[in-house]
Amino acid sequence: MKITQISVFLENKKGRLYEVCSLLGKNNVNIYALTIAETESFGVLRIVVDKSDLAVKVLKQNNFVANITEVVAVEVADQPGGLAAILKILVNNDISVEYMYGFVEKFSDKAILVFRFEDTDKAQKVLIGNDIKIVTKKEIEDL
Amino acid sequence: MQRPALEALQLKRLREIANFSIRTPFYKKRFAKVGINSGDDIKSLKDLKKIPFTTKDDLRQNFPRGLLAVDMDDVVRIHTSSGTTGVPTVIYYSRQDLDNWTDLLARSIIATGATKSDIFQNMMTYGLFTGGLGLHYGAEKVGMTVIPASAGNTKRQLLLMKDFGTTVVHVTPSYLLHIHSVLPESNLTVSDLSLRKAYIGAEPHSENVRLKLEDLWKIDAYNSYGLSEMNGPGVAFECIYKTGLHIWEDGYLVEIIDPETGEEVPQGQQGEVVFTNLIRAATPLLRYRTRDLAFLIPGTCECGRTHRRLSRIMGRTDDMMIINGVNVFPSQIEEVIMKIHEVGTNYLIQVEKDGAIDKLIVKVEIYSKMFMGDARQLDGLKGKIKDDLRASIVINPIVELHEPGFLPISEGKAKRVLDLRPKF
Repeated sequence: MKITQISVFLENKKGRLYEVCSLLGKNNVNIYALTIAETESFGVLRIVVDKSDLAVKVLKQNNFVANITEVVAVEVADQPGGLAAILKILVNNDISVEYMYGFVEKFSDKAILVFRFEDTDKAQKVLIGNDIKIVTKKEIEDL
Repeated sequence: MQRPALEALQLKRLREIANFSIRTPFYKKRFAKVGINSGDDIKSLKDLKKIPFTTKDDLRQNFPRGLLAVDMDDVVRIHTSSGTTGVPTVIYYSRQDLDNWTDLLARSIIATGATKSDIFQNMMTYGLFTGGLGLHYGAEKVGMTVIPASAGNTKRQLLLMKDFGTTVVHVTPSYLLHIHSVLPESNLTVSDLSLRKAYIGAEPHSENVRLKLEDLWKIDAYNSYGLSEMNGPGVAFECIYKTGLHIWEDGYLVEIIDPETGEEVPQGQQGEVVFTNLIRAATPLLRYRTRDLAFLIPGTCECGRTHRRLSRIMGRTDDMMIINGVNVFPSQIEEVIMKIHEVGTNYLIQVEKDGAIDKLIVKVEIYSKMFMGDARQLDGLKGKIKDDLRASIVINPIVELHEPGFLPISEGKAKRVLDLRPKF
């Protein structure tokens, strides 16, 4: 039930983000969601894409420092309180979020939230137990 | 002292030191090979040339007691590099050795025109480093009022200078420049202070740096030279004329050699400085290669001293860097970096000037396989490299993480050090 997130180490150099995006574009990889964790001297780019295996392959071939991380994607109603509802469940069950970000699905009224949990398995169990829809890898690829 | 009398004294002391040297297995063996079995076998100063050079490596190999020439009960102090370079060296001092050293420092201070009426603030690090304690005792011997401030804590340094009317400081040139830049923050100007003289040493500097310091502070700045193998500071010091450093030749025999051939170079030509310590019995070192490059200044000094003058240090024969007064070898940095798994094999050491302060930047490439996709992991890694380096070389570096392939790939001899500080 986990999906794949790709992390790319980016040193603080002009045009480096463009190079990543341009490379993925050329290889017909579509980016759904993107976030950057930055420090003063480098950044870590996190992306969710449709073809993650291909993306990692071409990134590594082009000497990018890239890695995959297992994250959990959940579907919520794209409306006020949607995220809060999910977080409430997590808080009540004492589950810590390392980081998260979201994106909106184009063809429905749903939003997708991407979570990195400290304890992924426990988090999944709790979410499923509370009837939260977890998005599968296949569904992400088919978006 | 006229030269013939000085040379007679040198020979007498060389014989005495030779007798102490023979008590160490290291020198006993070396001396026997060249037919010296006691000090009496040294007929003239020329016989010194028979003795092979002693190097830093000899000191390391004979750590900890291989060069100790007196009973441990007679040793009253140790200065050691132990703990910073990983390959330690040690110098032992007897009571008499310390007194001899202190005398030369007192002489150095007097040569600059300072007196017992001066207030002396010693801004060199106290402890295993010889710079702090050396001048401390010399200044006390002169009868100056000594403020043992040690290095660092600039605001407190300024307070001490103001409260006690410091007239003389002992300091690295870069730190004295830095202190000046902090004056405005402390709401002080040079005229609020009483500083008249500075003894600057522990790192090479140019004439321009001296002139700048003298101009900024409205003081006289005197160059000080020494190394722990020759006791510490007080090997050579400038007099009031500031035209080169008088080598206290009754304490140290000096030779300037071609570092390749080991032959003495003609007077006035640059070469590696070699010293024989004539005044330390506990750890005798004869014909010690300093790896410092300098030359002897021809002619006599206006002050009338017959002790010859050494130029400022023009460079090194090895790759040692001096960063804010601290000796650093690139190999020390490499040793730390290579122990860290997340780091690839390529790295670059960059040294820059940031105002008056040296900045050490260590650039490393991260090893792809160790990248877990987490910015915190990388931040932690940066912190670890920084901490490990600080523990090893005592300097706080700036660590930069780079993608593999960022740093130039070495072809043949790797160019790992980029010193961007202005040359002199």
